Amino acid sequence: MMEIPGLFNYWVVVFLMMAGFYVVISRGNLVKKLVGLALFQTSVFIFYISMGKISDGAAPILVEGVTTYSNPLPHVLILTAIVVGVATTAVGLALVIRIYEAYGTVEEDEINEQDLIDDSAADEPVSSLGGEKDK
Amino acid sequence: MNVTEHLPILVVIIPLMTAPLCVLLGQPRLVWFAALVSSWLSFAAAILLVMQVTAEGPISYWLGGWEPPWGIEYRIDILAAYVLLIVSAMASLVLVFARKSVPREIDEHRIAYFYTAFMLAFAGLVGIVATGDAFNVFVFLEISSLATYALISMGKDRRALNASFTYLIMGTIGATFILIGIGSLYMMTGTLNMLDLAARLPEVSDTRTVRAGFAFLTVGIGLKLALFPLHLWLPNAYAYAPSMVTAFLAATATKVAVYLLLRTILVIFGIDFSLGLMPLDNLLLMLGLIGVLSASLVAVYQRDIKRLFAYSSVAQIGYMVLGIGVANTTGITAAILHLFNHALMKGALFIALGAVAYRIGSTRLEDFAGLGRKMPWTMAGIVAGGLSLIGIPPTAGFISKWYLVLSTLEQDLWPVALLVLLGSMLAVIYVWKLVEAAYFGKPDEYRHYQEAPISMLAPLWILVIANFYFGIHTGLTVGLATQATSALTGGGG
Amino acid sequence: MIAIAVIRLRDLFAVIILFGIYSLLTAALFMDLNAVDVAFTEAAVGAGVTTVMMLSSLYLTSRWEATPKHNSLLPLLVVCITGAVLVYASLDAPLHGDPSSPVHQHVAPRYIEKGPAEVGMPNMVTAVLASYRGFDTFGETFVIFTAGLGVLLLLGIQKPHKPQPELNTVANEVVLKVVVKMLIPLILLYALYVQFHGDFGAGGGFQAGVIFSTGFILYHLAFGEIEARRVIPTCWLPRLAALGVLIYGGVGVFALLEDKPFLDYSALADDPVQGQHLGVLLVEFGVGITVFSVILLIFHILAGRSRQS
Repeated sequence: MMEIPGLFNYWVVVFLMMAGFYVVISRGNLVKKLVGLALFQTSVFIFYISMGKISDGAAPILVEGVTTYSNPLPHVLILTAIVVGVATTAVGLALVIRIYEAYGTVEEDEINEQDLIDDSAADEPVSSLGGEKDK
Repeated sequence: MNVTEHLPILVVIIPLMTAPLCVLLGQPRLVWFAALVSSWLSFAAAILLVMQVTAEGPISYWLGGWEPPWGIEYRIDILAAYVLLIVSAMASLVLVFARKSVPREIDEHRIAYFYTAFMLAFAGLVGIVATGDAFNVFVFLEISSLATYALISMGKDRRALNASFTYLIMGTIGATFILIGIGSLYMMTGTLNMLDLAARLPEVSDTRTVRAGFAFLTVGIGLKLALFPLHLWLPNAYAYAPSMVTAFLAATATKVAVYLLLRTILVIFGIDFSLGLMPLDNLLLMLGLIGVLSASLVAVYQRDIKRLFAYSSVAQIGYMVLGIGVANTTGITAAILHLFNHALMKGALFIALGAVAYRIGSTRLEDFAGLGRKMPWTMAGIVAGGLSLIGIPPTAGFISKWYLVLSTLEQDLWPVALLVLLGSMLAVIYVWKLVEAAYFGKPDEYRHYQEAPISMLAPLWILVIANFYFGIHTGLTVGLATQATSALTGGGG
Repeated sequence: MIAIAVIRLRDLFAVIILFGIYSLLTAALFMDLNAVDVAFTEAAVGAGVTTVMMLSSLYLTSRWEATPKHNSLLPLLVVCITGAVLVYASLDAPLHGDPSSPVHQHVAPRYIEKGPAEVGMPNMVTAVLASYRGFDTFGETFVIFTAGLGVLLLLGIQKPHKPQPELNTVANEVVLKVVVKMLIPLILLYALYVQFHGDFGAGGGFQAGVIFSTGFILYHLAFGEIEARRVIPTCWLPRLAALGVLIYGGVGVFALLEDKPFLDYSALADDPVQGQHLGVLLVEFGVGITVFSVILLIFHILAGRSRQS
């Protein structure tokens, strides 16, 4: 098919997206999840930007003598999306730090175990330092 | 400045700009007051908008003065005005409740920032509703979501942190899916404006790209909607967040997601594509039903009442989705009606729970014993909310259930109607558990009981009365919902 | 490649560094795809800020990931299905680089053809970002503000603590201090250049804000926390961030008062193009302030948080 080269770049991007996505949902370490999330998002950006390119086009800044420019709109959207991604990562990391301080771990399984203990402790007021923090 | 012309943007800008103002003001009481005034102003603007839209038809506002689709457009039609009303009303009421609740649950030096985050969450939500540009939705969705993650994590229990993180991960995946969806549509049409998309999509709707884009959008919105099985973040998030946050979120966040779903499948894609061509109608029907039954069942076994009502919310969302899945006019009207009514019900319930938490420091079933006598007004409010939840006349909840059942019968879906009623039966069980403990249980002798303060009872009872009022005088809500439905399915886009 | 390594490695430090490399590669890719502004931002923000934040969090938590205990089958299934849908989607998609694809019709041509004239600047990306779709950028500035707020709410500002001996070795290097003192003004100057030249070349508020904050971060690293906080007290930063968004919003409100739509820059001057110029300048300035203060705020908060053991 003549289309394969044109579509190839999309497929590479899809692979990257899925790698990131996989990390997010399969790994229990919270920090790694966030890295996976960032990976996933960044690949989506590549997807958008590659849409906007015109072969033999130039960067969308007006310059003497250039007639074909690549599309500025996807660039604008992705600039915003990059910022949104960073913002999410920042808040996510702050949460992870707090979780570490409260639970002593950043592994999802261990946190869930501790939560189950909290849940079944019926009427005890919950303290934020429950459980040993051996590290 | 001619205020009436700028209402669409004012509804959003007033709360949005109040946020940085709160940071500068610093002092907790001052900040609370600013937030209160700001939300009431936004609510006033929303009321005026509803009046304007019903009189003159949809309003289009060009941000930056650039015409769409080159500039971003705010488009207020009946559905949008209706949802704006709900969100701003809830914000206004919850802030009254917050006056006593927040200082009890949040450290003093964080209160100013807490309210700032709240205004951002609120502004983000109204921003999603008011806009007519797909990418703009994404931006404001993230403003609201990020603020919400921070707000939820402020709960006193350390489990709030994990709940917030889970929501962050799931919510961001959802938002990224939405972004992919928007990207696919953009790729095939070259535009981001919703009406423009609606005009251009039909010619390319047969492509795989568009269908995939549709799928991504629906799944992404479904995550935010807490559609079964993507609802896993909700129970913990609602259970462990500070009382005021739960009350606000339960009444608004998922409703805005339902709004977004309606906007996407009915306006951008058109009903024939979404519910006819793609198998979405059956999918929504099934998932909605499973959501209703499984969530209601789990609710019965909960010992923590906040958690119980959180599961109940998943069930109620199931009803709304069911209505859309039935895919006839009555069904969609039912879903839109329930948007409003559920906000009233859950708003009241969670405010009441917050009042209980304020007075006795817990929301576990065991601690509700005898509360019916010690906190009569609060408990009566809970009972009223519960009745609406089950769907007993003359509450608002009855009206939306009625329309829902009617819609299923119109399509000869008898089994579905029966299952809907089964859901109501389950609701009876869990509400009864609460009532039994409160009115027939013995209160703890060593505990100090007191009725909730006026600042909490007032918003609670406003909502309770609204529940009954709109259950009897259905003209306003049913009228708006029907108009919205016909605009979305018949004439619009 | 890098992506697979990220999945398999359990040394989180390595994972994060790999991610930083991935970001840089992405930025290079963007350059190749003619997206210069985006490349600039991705490099600064993605590779720079994100990697630094992740490393700081790693320092405050733990470095290693535990062996995954549960079955990877379900996630693998979900990922394969999602990937398949995406590939399916691509089959009908316009080809890469094709000038006749829909995205290049309809909306984009006006930006390219009339943008420089209507908004008065050759950088079309800035024109779209700051004017045509200025409201999105307004929202985005608020996203940054919200993130800073979120981190503030979650972690809070700690009192600066006495520097521990091991952490101060860097600060004892006189040569380093002198070099840094020379570098910082240059960095700040470059940041200002990027800020105000963004209309013409690649640049603008975001990138400038990031670079500007880098100058201060360098100072912090070289001179220690107490000194750095003396130059800019941390508690100023949230207020500065608020100021930035208020400036942006202020421009919008000004338009409202002139009975024009929100953020319509033609309300700012008699000549519409002059108004555009002024409007873009002001809003980019607001963006720069907020970006700078939030990044520095997050850095201060992370750096100031003592490791709890």
